[in-house]
Amino acid sequence: MSNSILEGGTAAPVTAPSTMMSMQQALNRALDEVLAENPKAVIFGEDCGRLGGVFRITDGLQAKHGEQRVFDTPLAESGILGMSVGLAMAGFHPIPEVQFDGFAYPAINQIVCQVARMNYRSRGTLPMPITLRVPSFGGIRAPEHHGESLEALFAHVPGLKVVSPSNPHEAYHLLKYAATRPDPVIFMEPKSRYWQKGEVDLTRHDAADGGGSPTGAKVMRAGRHLTLVAWGAMVARCLQVAELAAEDGIDIEVLDLRWLKPVDAEALGASVRKTRRAVVVHEAPLTSGLGAEVAQLITQSCFDTLKAPVERVTGFDVPYPSGDLEDEYIPNIDRILFGIQRVLEYKRG
Amino acid sequence: MDTLPLASGDAAKPLTPAELRELYSLMVAVRHLDASAIAWQRQGIIPGYAPELGQEAAQVGSGYAVDTTRDFVFPTYREMGVARTMGVDMVAYMSTHKATWHGGLYDPQQTRLAPIQAVVAGSVLHAVGWAHGQTLAGTADGSLGVAMTYFGDGASSQGDVHEALNFAAVMKAPVVFFVQNNGWAISVPTERQVAGGSVAARAAGYGMPALQIDGDDVVAVVEATRRAFAHARSGQGPVLIEAMTYRRGPHSTSDDPGRYRSLDEERDGAGLDPLERFRQRLLAEGIADGVFFAEALAAAKAEEEHLRIGIQALGSRPGTEMFDLVFQETTPALQAQAANWREESEHV
Ligand SMILES: Cc1ncc(C[n+]2csc(CCOP(=O)(O)OP(=O)(O)O)c2C)c(N)n1
Repeated sequence: MSNSILEGGTAAPVTAPSTMMSMQQALNRALDEVLAENPKAVIFGEDCGRLGGVFRITDGLQAKHGEQRVFDTPLAESGILGMSVGLAMAGFHPIPEVQFDGFAYPAINQIVCQVARMNYRSRGTLPMPITLRVPSFGGIRAPEHHGESLEALFAHVPGLKVVSPSNPHEAYHLLKYAATRPDPVIFMEPKSRYWQKGEVDLTRHDAADGGGSPTGAKVMRAGRHLTLVAWGAMVARCLQVAELAAEDGIDIEVLDLRWLKPVDAEALGASVRKTRRAVVVHEAPLTSGLGAEVAQLITQSCFDTLKAPVERVTGFDVPYPSGDLEDEYIPNIDRILFGIQRVLEYKRG
Repeated sequence: MDTLPLASGDAAKPLTPAELRELYSLMVAVRHLDASAIAWQRQGIIPGYAPELGQEAAQVGSGYAVDTTRDFVFPTYREMGVARTMGVDMVAYMSTHKATWHGGLYDPQQTRLAPIQAVVAGSVLHAVGWAHGQTLAGTADGSLGVAMTYFGDGASSQGDVHEALNFAAVMKAPVVFFVQNNGWAISVPTERQVAGGSVAARAAGYGMPALQIDGDDVVAVVEATRRAFAHARSGQGPVLIEAMTYRRGPHSTSDDPGRYRSLDEERDGAGLDPLERFRQRLLAEGIADGVFFAEALAAAKAEEEHLRIGIQALGSRPGTEMFDLVFQETTPALQAQAANWREESEHV
């Protein structure tokens, strides 16, 4: 788990075949390739087959790879995850989908008690190479249970790994990487970013910038005065904030955590030792959120150099609200700027 | 299939002409509002909606059997027709589709309609608990309040449904399990969803009487639901009704049914429109005439206009409610978050 912090970044090779696509297309392409490369990979869930998923992430995959490889299940999340366990025991590489984040709750028993523990329980003889795709987080004015942020819940469970892409390039590479791992990975797709287009460099199969670790965090914008730590849809928002702050002469570094478990403590430390200030931004509620974990990791490695306590800008400790109040709930540009201000103006007592 | 003992008393009485006309008026109102809601979504008045085109008979017929002075209904996200039949304020109901408040703005205790439920099979066990409460409260057999819970063929795959059926049967709880089998769970047809032939067939395994009925025949639906209510009310335990119907058009306003079935398949599967079918019957039996049908439609149009204005006038709820309604007794942490939010959003 290491990733060098690249001041200014390394230029991509000019010959690299980059192509513009949406995150939906990038994920679809990654799954297509995973199916082609691994005959043991299978994709299933509610409406994944003929419909191509309600978000079309599995669009066309059943037609191309057949009904044995890509199939619809009955409408039962516990069933979907329980089935994944058995398929993994039989040597398959299941890539199940839970249709929306909030419907992972009915599957929690299977995820926590079975998926996460089978390898341990069997002393490593029954690995669980399961990649659970979960369209995650809010921002689309959806009905109840269609906009939850479950990362802390998943990250808390021993035996699970958790990752979330922030743009099409990350989506393509992180999914390809996750879907070839021997351990359970919860792959949290920021659904509000599905239709956002971006450049995907298909040649970088290590899923990392500049040849670093595919399991590391990644600096999306280098800066000197403060580190914004984010993941998923909040990365794009933090990049926007950084541009605005730059107009006031504040030079912000944006770190895309990418892996929410395990967290890349080294990259966090390296960034904050340089900027000496940090704000964590997430959509999930504040209390016991992943921001607390990140803040502690920063404190541990940067206590001596920190100029201010690590701040958090997050959702609130309220059930995810209806669409009309969504913009009040999700950290917006103003609230992130306030968080930055609190850190910049902090005076030791 | 019909394993329910035949009804006697009120439940066995045929519907009166006035009741039949009322059912028709309700179906027209529901049909019209449903079509309007889809139009409103396309016009940007509401962000989303779950249509029920073709399910009017199942919804109006079952809702018609509810006694709102003592029964309680546990809906999913698609029971607008039931709500309308039960007399729920439709602006308050549609507020959930306006993205104003998740469960809708109606009062569940007063309307006897539980909040709108987005989790498939989420409230099926709730109904069993509520119904068992009737038994615990010592309500005499014959006057038990009945819980009716709605779910789909897709939802019947959930483990919660099986637990609910078993609990209700073991405890002889006064529950009516009303399954609207509309042929589809988004893109997946019933035969890929339900093993054992039908949902109704499963009831036998729990020793529970069940009825599989023509859910497009509103009279059949009222009669079956009344029989089931009478059975449950008299302390004889739960009943499962599987109303066979068909969801025409999309599953929700963000669905694209062209990806999983053709229009021809839809036409063949759907059969005769339940509203048109009922109209023909009322005409043939001389219970209603052209003037009555025209008036029913005019009333539905007037209602729609009234509702659209009400829905458009619905403002967002104040952001403070997001914090105030989490607990009965709030926490210091939440108060601090609310204060912070007020300050940063300049709402003070
Ligand atoms: C637990 C859960 N999983 C997934 C979903 C997403 N979803 C919403 S409706 C639906 C299909 C429901 O089918 P059915 O129960 O037959 O009811 P219908 O919508 O056809 O009336 C799905 C998969 C959900 N709401 N809840």
